[in-house]
Amino acid sequence: MSENHLPIGSTNLDIFSKTLMELAEQDRDVLVVTSDSRGSGKLTPFGEKFPGQIVEIGIAEQNLVGVSAGLASYGKKVFAVSPASFLTARALEQIKNDVAYSNRPVKVIGISAGVSYGSLGSTHHSLHDFSVLQAINNIDIVAPADNFETVQAIRAAVHHPRPIYIRFGKKPMPDLHAPGTHFEIGKAIQLTPQSNHYDVAFIASGETVFRAYLASQALAEKGITCCVLSLHSIRPFDEDAVLHAAVNSKVVVTVEEHCVNGGLGSRVASFLMQAGVFRPLRIVGIPDEHTVTGSQVEIFQHYSISQQGLSQTALHLLEKESVS
Amino acid sequence: MNSSPLESIPVGREKIRLLESKSILHRRALLKMIYTARAGHTGGSLSCVDILNVLYNHVMNITPENFSELNRDHYIHSKGHSVEALYAVLADKGFFPFEALDSVETYGSYFIGHPTRRVPGIEQNTGALGHGLSFAVGMALAAKMNGRNDRIFTIMGDGELAEGSIWEASASAANYRLDNLVAIVDRNTLQISGRTENVMAMEPLDEKFSAFGFAVREVDGNSISDLIGVFENLPFEEGKPNLILARTIKGKGISFIEDQVQWHHHVPTDAEFDTAMLELDEAEKALGD
Repeated sequence: MSENHLPIGSTNLDIFSKTLMELAEQDRDVLVVTSDSRGSGKLTPFGEKFPGQIVEIGIAEQNLVGVSAGLASYGKKVFAVSPASFLTARALEQIKNDVAYSNRPVKVIGISAGVSYGSLGSTHHSLHDFSVLQAINNIDIVAPADNFETVQAIRAAVHHPRPIYIRFGKKPMPDLHAPGTHFEIGKAIQLTPQSNHYDVAFIASGETVFRAYLASQALAEKGITCCVLSLHSIRPFDEDAVLHAAVNSKVVVTVEEHCVNGGLGSRVASFLMQAGVFRPLRIVGIPDEHTVTGSQVEIFQHYSISQQGLSQTALHLLEKESVS
Repeated sequence: MNSSPLESIPVGREKIRLLESKSILHRRALLKMIYTARAGHTGGSLSCVDILNVLYNHVMNITPENFSELNRDHYIHSKGHSVEALYAVLADKGFFPFEALDSVETYGSYFIGHPTRRVPGIEQNTGALGHGLSFAVGMALAAKMNGRNDRIFTIMGDGELAEGSIWEASASAANYRLDNLVAIVDRNTLQISGRTENVMAMEPLDEKFSAFGFAVREVDGNSISDLIGVFENLPFEEGKPNLILARTIKGKGISFIEDQVQWHHHVPTDAEFDTAMLELDEAEKALGD
């Protein structure tokens, strides 16, 4: 089965910039702050239409976040936009102190997240952001899976009362959600029909979700039933949805565009262990090694973040489960 | 203790004397705080307390009554470790009773060893160095966007100037022509491990900040009258952020603490505390002469 049979939408990045235009039109306090990132953030049209609502900081991520916090203290609804790799490493102390600790509700937007930059290499990858931000109190963490989740997350962020980090990539994403789907920060969305008996629970976030969904369809052809959760919010963590998925499944596979240490998978595993729910579990992500060179898709395939790779991972887990 | 009557007194000998008297009160309070808590940043608090006194009691439009409003002046304590000076000035200004300061750095207290917004009168959590100026730039920019004349003040330490983020923030302050931003350097020439120029040579600071686009003024940062004078000329140049290089003495006001590197965060012994209080009594008497 091809990965192309889902209807292909826009890039989440495009949708982000379009949504911001709508929001800026309605509210003059909506500001975009960039670090020479208006091109890479698809924000050039925004800057042309709303020159008074875009603040250029130059390539200076620490100042980007500090200035954004100061603007937010004046009631501005600030989207601080920069590549996720630099934003959440170079400016981590500003995110920690100026934003999270000081409770300034800046919308920290990590663009070209994960391995979106592909063969540009590890300097440009953000495989640490879920991990470091989860260790910092008072900042929500969201990785939307498709255009719908992106629109909803950006709209919700405007009036979000706490600091929030939203990250996404720059590849066109298939539409995963039926019209009228409910979106709420902190509430996972189940992509498969509700049931009390699944063979496999896929718990995924961001641009890996549709791959998990395709794996579930491939497995369905073999008579294997799956629960696929888009856990777009790493924080707040939807305990109920994860519990439902795990309790009603034989095995659990988590999927993320992030290092396997300290991300979504670690969070799920930690939660399930402490909740007393013991299921065979695999954390699929980028392992703790020098990331292989390649495009995002090639890197994903290399590490089994693909329809085929995820199907096989689930099948192996199920086989081991049935033997034991 | 609310100092509103002070603001109505015209600048002159009487006002200067009253403010000098307040500085002594602030020094007593901050030393008592550090002595009681058995912790604190003694030298740096004593060097910047006169600046804070003049800011809060003469220059800035910030009171406990208007603090919840946006449209007023704002102060960010970038050199967050010198929080005891800020606590003393805020208590004197009426933000909270002096007695609250008995809890500084005790279990469960909001009065921790660096500024946090949980304490009335404090605008932003600081403590990690090199953060205040960026935040102040954001505030100054927002005030300009809103068509307001609110001024944003911040005090930075001189050791803090080695942080690269200070220079990122400086470039943006000039780029956005933030003449409503007033950055003050507490130039006491000492940091925790020695002379600032030996730790990291940053002079000539006036030329560096000028080159970054600030309008720079130098002042004796422990002289109430000089400080009053320099703030009267804000903004120094239209369209340029303001930088005040405040020449101060670390530990100012207590003879055996002045300009001594070990007093960065040394806590007075009983005898040292008693001597310090006596010196402040003498200074107060001298004011009355």
